[in-house]
Amino acid sequence: MRIYLDHNATTPAHPMVRDAMVRVLTEDVGNPSSVHYYGQRAKAAMDDARAALAALVDADASDIVFTSGGTEADNMAVRGALAARAPQGRRHFVTSAIEHEAVLTTARALERDGWPVTIVPVGLTGVVDPADVAAAITSETALVSIMHANNEVGTVQPIAEIAALARSAGAWFHTDAVQSVGKLPIQLRAWGAAGVDLLSLSAHKFNGPQGTGALWVRRGIKLSPIVTGGRHERSRRPGTENVPGIVGMGVAAQLAAQDMVASATATAHLRDHLEQSLLSKIDGAVVNGNPLARIPNTSNISFDGVEAESLLIALDLEGIAVSTGAACSSGTLEPSHVLRAMGVPQARTRNSLRFSLGRGTTMNDVEAVITVLPGLVDKLRRLTRSAAAVR
Amino acid sequence: MRIVVAMSGGVDSSVAAVLLAEQGHDVIGFSMQLYDQRDSPESWGSCCSLGDLQDARRVANAVGFPHYIVNFEEQFRKTVVDNFVSEYAAGRTPIPCVHCNSGLKFATLVERAAGLDADVVATGHYARIDRLGADGRYRLRRGVDRDKDQSYFLFSLTQDQLSRASFPIGELTKPEVRAIAERRGLIVAKKPDSHEICFVPDGDAAGFVKRQLGDVPTGTISDTSGKTLGQHGGIHQFTIGQRKGLGLSTGVPLYVVKIDPKDHSVVVGGKHELGRSTLTASRVNWIDGAPPATPVRAAAQIRHRHREAPGLLTPHGADRAEMIFDDPQTAVTPGQAVVFYDDDAVIGGGWID
Repeated sequence: MRIYLDHNATTPAHPMVRDAMVRVLTEDVGNPSSVHYYGQRAKAAMDDARAALAALVDADASDIVFTSGGTEADNMAVRGALAARAPQGRRHFVTSAIEHEAVLTTARALERDGWPVTIVPVGLTGVVDPADVAAAITSETALVSIMHANNEVGTVQPIAEIAALARSAGAWFHTDAVQSVGKLPIQLRAWGAAGVDLLSLSAHKFNGPQGTGALWVRRGIKLSPIVTGGRHERSRRPGTENVPGIVGMGVAAQLAAQDMVASATATAHLRDHLEQSLLSKIDGAVVNGNPLARIPNTSNISFDGVEAESLLIALDLEGIAVSTGAACSSGTLEPSHVLRAMGVPQARTRNSLRFSLGRGTTMNDVEAVITVLPGLVDKLRRLTRSAAAVR
Repeated sequence: MRIVVAMSGGVDSSVAAVLLAEQGHDVIGFSMQLYDQRDSPESWGSCCSLGDLQDARRVANAVGFPHYIVNFEEQFRKTVVDNFVSEYAAGRTPIPCVHCNSGLKFATLVERAAGLDADVVATGHYARIDRLGADGRYRLRRGVDRDKDQSYFLFSLTQDQLSRASFPIGELTKPEVRAIAERRGLIVAKKPDSHEICFVPDGDAAGFVKRQLGDVPTGTISDTSGKTLGQHGGIHQFTIGQRKGLGLSTGVPLYVVKIDPKDHSVVVGGKHELGRSTLTASRVNWIDGAPPATPVRAAAQIRHRHREAPGLLTPHGADRAEMIFDDPQTAVTPGQAVVFYDDDAVIGGGWID
């Protein structure tokens, strides 16, 4: 028996997604830039996908630029906005300490290259305070980038308020919505009017394929390109499009739009049951991040006195896949920058597991975790205590 | 039985894991990330670079057992690297592998393994463990492949640690290990052996120590009569018996014969001045748990690449010992380990004063 509770890392592709991708690879095999029959088929399939994705986030299809995923979309937005606005004297970038590395590492790289960058702190709730962003914005701020939902603790950020602040100060606003698209309603027509200029998303977080994502760019916003080449995607993103991936993303978007509300309700119910049961069965267990402002599928819990790395491995050997947050290139575990930024005590950052549920998670899955986990925590705590006693 | 195998990504530990899996054990592969490898270029041939961790994972995946990379950076720094740097700074020549074995692999890793219901940690060391009849004591012996034997690096294991250790390739020779790897089609079958200290992949230990220490005191180089021959940039660059890199131009070959951490001086002399007939050792671990009751005839190995030399071993108290060699030995080096053998069995070992 295997139970997968790591949907914030990636989600299994829906069978209809897979079938659509296989069709592209076997039948609609053209390059969308080609004039002939095959090219037209590929282009049409891609246009259908663009329309489906636009419907999921309530946007105009022509404002969607396909990318290789969330990270590329974030880079296009951040680097592209700064480069575009620098000639007008707007070179300053504002972001938060709990962003995904796609944004945070980019911010640090820009800072090293001499761009003024402000990284806004967060408190224990894991929610950015709009007042802190307001205090950071200057007349030279080119872009504010605050994620919609955090990938590690799941907290939802007050982006409507922050976007309005940014716009009133003449700054552009970008949000990394990789963890919220498909889980929360997104209405870019309305949001665009209220201050959101750029939004990143990624297909494999909503049961689409890996290696495919998009950047929504509000009409009238002109980014400088960060990669140069052909005139694909209306000259906004060069390179032959990943047609199978894009088509898969389109199907995933369609499926997500159909069941988003029902799925969110069901997932939240399972997540709450998991969380409440673990908290009541295990002493010294604490939820990280404001539980009242979260995406419906995520629960991040610290278990006092337990090395999360050991607990994760013990769970995996029982067939239960969870995570501690972000993993580094070798697959080893690092103390979470999000928990650290929140001011969670250092010991607790090493005690934290992230459970992220998804479409397909069942009550049986959740019950199995509730049955297995308390015993593992107990055993690891006993061993840690006896090892400490020996030393 | 559930067994955790410490996998470096090399052929030895890979074969150790495969053999245990084939014997029907429930094998879990663990690779230890010991220092920050995110920005380092992959260096083929040195232990545990990112590429090595990937090799370990690929072997585990091909054979079909779980594999995890565990982050031991903090423990490694405390247990191994800090000691390495401070020993060099004090004019001694350390052996980090010993501390890694007794302080990490057969300590922290054993604790982790216990948390997963694995009572034994196996490694790809060329060494053997026997259990003796009546009293059930464990005995540590050289590996069958005398060229590859690594018992020298394992002398500090306690009886408790030996009871939780397994060396599946100790009965094999290196060519046999490679042949097994090739027959199984393991991707690491032809991978070169690693020789360097894993966290100093470029082999420049002095440079590594200098980077860790920042400023180091300089000193003089003199001969055994006290005549100053030159200056040096820090005693961490020297080891007893060293001939190259002294920065001296003299007609005769000179060797480092003494390093004094108090005034940072280095003394050089001719080869005949390197020999010593006795040594004392501290922090001695006796494999049996207690020192021999009386002085015993034994053979002592004073470097990894040293043919053990016979003499008389006299324990002093619980953890000190003196060795009187039958013939003088070249380059008895403070900080290096001395390991005492009775035939191929390790009696114990300690650190040369």
